[in-house]
Amino acid sequence: MSVIVGDHTDAAQRITRIQRSRRRFAIDLREIWLYHELLYFLIWRDIKVRYKQTALGIGWAVLQPFVAMVLFSVVFGHLAKIHADYGVPYPLFVFAGLLPWQYFSSSLSLSSLSVVGNSALVTKVYFPRLLLPLASIAVPVIDFLCSFAILVGMFLWYGRAPHWHAILIPVFLGMALLTALGVGLWLSALNVRYRDVPYTIPFMTQIWLYATPVIYPVSLVPERFHWLIALNPMTGVVDGFRWAVLGRGVPQYTVYGVSTAVGVMLVVSGLWYFRRVERSFADVI
Amino acid sequence: MSAAIQVRGLSKEYRIGQFRGGYQTLREHLVEMGQRAVGRQRQRQSSTIWALTGVDFDVEQGEVVGIVGRNGAGKTTLLRLLSRITEPTLGYADVRGRLGSLLEVGTGFHPELSGRENIFLNGAILGMRRNEINRRFDEIVEFAGVERFLDTPVKRYSSGMYVRLAFSVAAHLEPEILIVDEVLAVGDAEFQKRCLGKMETIGSTGRTVLFVSHNMSAVARLCPRSILLDQGAVLLDGPTDDVIGRYLAGTSGSSAAREWSDSSQAPGNAHARLQSVRVIDEVGRTVDRVNTTDPVGVEIVFEMLDAEQPIVPMMSLFNAAGTLVFNALDPDSRWASPTVGIHRSRAWIPADLLNEGEHIVSVFLNTITAGRLDRHAAVPDAVSFLVADSGDGRSAKGAMAQTWGGAVSPLLDWTHDFGSIESEAGPHR
Repeated sequence: MSVIVGDHTDAAQRITRIQRSRRRFAIDLREIWLYHELLYFLIWRDIKVRYKQTALGIGWAVLQPFVAMVLFSVVFGHLAKIHADYGVPYPLFVFAGLLPWQYFSSSLSLSSLSVVGNSALVTKVYFPRLLLPLASIAVPVIDFLCSFAILVGMFLWYGRAPHWHAILIPVFLGMALLTALGVGLWLSALNVRYRDVPYTIPFMTQIWLYATPVIYPVSLVPERFHWLIALNPMTGVVDGFRWAVLGRGVPQYTVYGVSTAVGVMLVVSGLWYFRRVERSFADVI
Repeated sequence: MSAAIQVRGLSKEYRIGQFRGGYQTLREHLVEMGQRAVGRQRQRQSSTIWALTGVDFDVEQGEVVGIVGRNGAGKTTLLRLLSRITEPTLGYADVRGRLGSLLEVGTGFHPELSGRENIFLNGAILGMRRNEINRRFDEIVEFAGVERFLDTPVKRYSSGMYVRLAFSVAAHLEPEILIVDEVLAVGDAEFQKRCLGKMETIGSTGRTVLFVSHNMSAVARLCPRSILLDQGAVLLDGPTDDVIGRYLAGTSGSSAAREWSDSSQAPGNAHARLQSVRVIDEVGRTVDRVNTTDPVGVEIVFEMLDAEQPIVPMMSLFNAAGTLVFNALDPDSRWASPTVGIHRSRAWIPADLLNEGEHIVSVFLNTITAGRLDRHAAVPDAVSFLVADSGDGRSAKGAMAQTWGGAVSPLLDWTHDFGSIESEAGPHR
């Protein structure tokens, strides 16, 4: 009857046992794969809806970091006289830092709402709940790509050529995704139980922004505190990204290593917590 | 043949609090933790409800089985467990093959997206593969009859179109097992008929179907076998005719009067509590059976414990098929100035209005402020009574002996001009 016979007969014979889950940590990767099309549709829906309802549409993705860049350049570059390393123009310096930062902060606010915002789905159909935070960290990647176009424009404006380091950009974007996933898992699950979470996001991103070398270079921090700021996984992401984009400076391998390790820990612990509470989502939400 | 669904000892426990929304604020949690730290914590109220207790049944491949039961019998919980929306507390269920569940039509529809986009999104949410949706796209559109509006956002759809499209996507699911909950209670009569037809086709293609409904005629038509749930357990599992008979008998087992002598057990809260609910005749006697030609009253007695807010009694009347006949609340303006004490309110249902058959009354105590509704007490299926036709030809069905369709059977005011009309506009000359 159907075209995908092989697939169907396999699925038709598989027995699913529905019972109280005991193995809390095991993640059924195969199941996530089975639902990869739904993941794709969730991402597609969020992107579509996000820009359908606004007048400026995708323009917001470009405007936000651009305005922030101008603001920071005036306040910190001009008035506070923070200097970028190695003679890089401050606007370029700050924009290269803002790109991964904006990605991170918008995935933070999206992922914190991802489960609660889809409560109509959570209470009516089954699918791996992990798809919700996963989709929400994928959506702002589009914004990131749009702002990246601005970065390219700024390179042209300042008459600079990209450095070979640029091939490492995806690595640092990957680190940003990892960190966003780790934090997103925690926030999305916590928000089901404690609806305070969305109120804390503005503070959190504000404080986190200043704790991350976005508007100032790492070199402004005394060497002996470097391990401390590296504990903030975004330090490695932002500094590494900037190093790859601008092609100046010394790669801070220790910082990248520590930041990645912290990012991995966030993901692992986030998965553990998410898995622990996800079975009661439909009852609590 | 092997079992498509095997359910063994399936049980689900809910914390009572979870019904009120289980989330806490961080503040509550912190306060609690603080109290626990200084050892001052009151015994946390650990009241729980078993929504389902040790349910066992098997469904063979290709069987179409109805699940019936009163409100709160555990039907929805059973469906939620089988659909894996929530986990059982005890027991297990083995499900062979893909299971699709339709607990609501249009799950995940997004108002901003077009009809076309929603078909794909909704299909994916219901577990369809993209090539499956592509293959059945034209069928879905045709069944819903929305060809011309495919690229219009669904927020501009009429509610009828919206429901048709939503049902159509769901009806074209191809899982081995399909679970359906009351989705037929939507749309106009014509569309409902088509839905029932579609359900019949699905049942005859060898798909396993679990069908939950209050609509006994739909269950009788679709399902050869049914399972009757009562208080979270299987009361009867067998041929649908037997099960429906038992269900209707069981419903009439609830009496024409309910009284809560222990006020701490009575439905209500700190503001108001119910004391009794009765079905009465014109002179105030409790009756469980009335003639269509007699008025019948529903008496609600309740105690107002404070005078903080206006509290208004309300009733809902259902017929044996589970159809809501009407809602009614007491519109008297004096409820607006509440007084502490015991109040009695009687709702009179006029004579010559209700149809024959079993009627079930749910009662509520509500506060309605600025259009917002706060519920102090709710007793679904509080009392019931039977309406009988006296058969003397004075009712709306005259001398008809068979049952007479319709949620109500009002005796209308017919006016006549017997044989005195000129045929000025008549179709027959």
